[in-house]
Amino acid sequence: MSDTADPRLLRAPPKKGIRLSWTDERLRGIVWQLLVVGLVGGIIWWLVSNTAHNLEVRRIATGWGFLNREAGLPIGESLIDYNPTNTYSRALLVGVLNTLKVAVVGIILATILGTLIGIARLSKNWLLSRLAATYIEVIRDLPLLLQLLFWYVILQGLPAPRQSLNPMTGVFLSNRGLKLPWVQWQDAHSFALLGLVAGIVATFLYARSARAKRMTDGQPRKVWPVGLGLILGLPLLIWAALGAPWQGDIPALRGFNFQGGLTVTPEYFALLLGLVTYTAGFIAEIVRAGIQSVPQGQWEAAEALGLQRGRIMRQIVLPQALRVIIPPMTSQYLNLTKNSSLAVAIGYQDIVSISNTTLNQTGQAIEGIAIIMAVYLCISLSISLFMNWYNARIALVER
Amino acid sequence: MRPMRLATLRTLGAAVLASVVAVPAMAQQPAPASGAATMEAVKSRGTLSCGVNTGLAGFAQPDSQGRWAGFDVDYCRALAVALFNDDSKIRYVPTTAQNRFTALQSGEVDVMARNTTATLSRDTSLGFDFPAVNFYDGQGFMVKSSLGVKSAKELDGATVCVQPGTTTEQNLTDWARANNIKFTPVVIERLEELVSAYVAGRCDAYTTDISGLAATRSVQPQAAEHVILPEVISKEPLGPAVRHGDQRWSDLVRWTHYLLVAAEEFGINSANVEEVAATDTRPEVQRMLGKNGGLGAMLGVDNQWAVRVIKVIGNYGEVFDRNLKALGIQRGPNAQWSQGGQQYAQPFR
Repeated sequence: MSDTADPRLLRAPPKKGIRLSWTDERLRGIVWQLLVVGLVGGIIWWLVSNTAHNLEVRRIATGWGFLNREAGLPIGESLIDYNPTNTYSRALLVGVLNTLKVAVVGIILATILGTLIGIARLSKNWLLSRLAATYIEVIRDLPLLLQLLFWYVILQGLPAPRQSLNPMTGVFLSNRGLKLPWVQWQDAHSFALLGLVAGIVATFLYARSARAKRMTDGQPRKVWPVGLGLILGLPLLIWAALGAPWQGDIPALRGFNFQGGLTVTPEYFALLLGLVTYTAGFIAEIVRAGIQSVPQGQWEAAEALGLQRGRIMRQIVLPQALRVIIPPMTSQYLNLTKNSSLAVAIGYQDIVSISNTTLNQTGQAIEGIAIIMAVYLCISLSISLFMNWYNARIALVER
Repeated sequence: MRPMRLATLRTLGAAVLASVVAVPAMAQQPAPASGAATMEAVKSRGTLSCGVNTGLAGFAQPDSQGRWAGFDVDYCRALAVALFNDDSKIRYVPTTAQNRFTALQSGEVDVMARNTTATLSRDTSLGFDFPAVNFYDGQGFMVKSSLGVKSAKELDGATVCVQPGTTTEQNLTDWARANNIKFTPVVIERLEELVSAYVAGRCDAYTTDISGLAATRSVQPQAAEHVILPEVISKEPLGPAVRHGDQRWSDLVRWTHYLLVAAEEFGINSANVEEVAATDTRPEVQRMLGKNGGLGAMLGVDNQWAVRVIKVIGNYGEVFDRNLKALGIQRGPNAQWSQGGQQYAQPFR
């Protein structure tokens, strides 16, 4: 094998040494690249050394040591246990989780609301389509910050806790937020939650194998009875097996505020409401554009085959529309996540708010801003990666 | 065409090369806003850049014509009069609790008179100096009188409005921990929105320095509906801040404050300062008002600075009464040392 030369090598042009002359294309290329790399490196080096020099001259502390110091800053709402004696790193983690809490819920709700409005905009019902169009135009044309402040002021207009609205037992709506009954969380509930996740995964796998079998014998199989059993039955079974603990946590007015139960604070609710309604306006237009991009002929051809309208929508039009919808949708998800930083204005303690306070208490602005940038970069890149993967999955496969 | 292009490339290459070589040379230059040059920078610029609050009645607030007025603003004016004999040569930079330190660190403002508490970490790791304490304050709570609360100890379980990035925020958590009180914070950066959240009932209590509480209460339509609770939970020595390491500038700020305090001590005010300067025979008064001793020149201004400042701004008592008396703030710890207070000017000698 080794003595048979690769024919491509035989046809390759003869190698030339680099001549030390400006007319040599390769030498020129190397020189230019060295210059550009040197220039960029020099600018970066200058920025870093200049900053370091100035920080030193002004005796401003640097480094990441502050992360392990006691934060001492109060945080109103947190997904994990937090108190002011915890470290700055934990306070920042609370901030990251608060940002994710509003971004994830916001993206899901904005997608649902936006899709509904987008479809409503295409409705043959005159009133419905005009209402949707008006909504889109009004919401898209007003600055988001203004909308957030508007919602926050509206929520502050709710009655005080002692006069709170009580639409049903255990549910209170006041200017302190929405109080809902909840269960006292125990291990059994965590395991049941794991069971739910396992059930969803199992249902997904079952549906896949059912589809694969249908490809071989053409027999349709019902997925939903098995899915229902797995998704609902499995967690219930686990919960019952662990003694079925059930202790309600009903909010009650004690002293100044409601104690117990689940709280949706006005800050979170105003931010979520603002982000969802605003982003939904853009998503609605994307969805409309996507559906309209599928040629009418696709509908007609499917109808000629005798398919029902709902089925045409789900199996013929939507898969083609998604290819148009997904890329701009990714941008909207990224926008929503980044817009959540406007939370500072209405006092929702997201990563920007907590990082700002941290840099203010410690005076370490560069580190604080670096943390904010790193967090948003990570979240945004994750969203982009996921959406690009999904986009590739639904892309037109040419055979 | 080809030789032409080559020539252009060579020129370009030379330019790039030159700039690469020039970069380390540039790095050797001192940063514009650092070092001991604030006084010279201010003089050559011809205006004083002064960091103030975004709007706190009595301390710094623009009036209906957009003119800034207040206790802290008077300190900016005093400096401008000392330097330029003109209190309009000031650029006021409104700063929030969160961006104030960056504004001073970066050199955007020359001095920050923004009811800022002097603390060890701000003095050291933030890179500041607090040349003087112009207002001794303490943190308190304000609640609506309808709540029926008489003491801060009764606030267990309450929702408290607090501004982020302040010593207030940290004092609150320290105090709550020490007194075993649980509270829910509502943290909003802009003072106006924070106060409106408190007024709307989002919070049971609003906490900040007592002077700030009084100032906030004074501008409410129904001021009597709010009570300031008796507890004072912290020491808040407020004063102008400058960048660390600029002693000449920090000297001028410190002695401008002492000038106002000493003038009150010696009974000199805006109405009589010129007469006193001409006739008073007390040696320290003569040195202070520039008749002899050359103290002004030692500070880097001229010897008539004291007469100018007192004529335009008045003494400490006048500044206090003009801005803070209307808010119901008593002299208290800010009385002269001879009256049992803590305002004590070092000797003009």
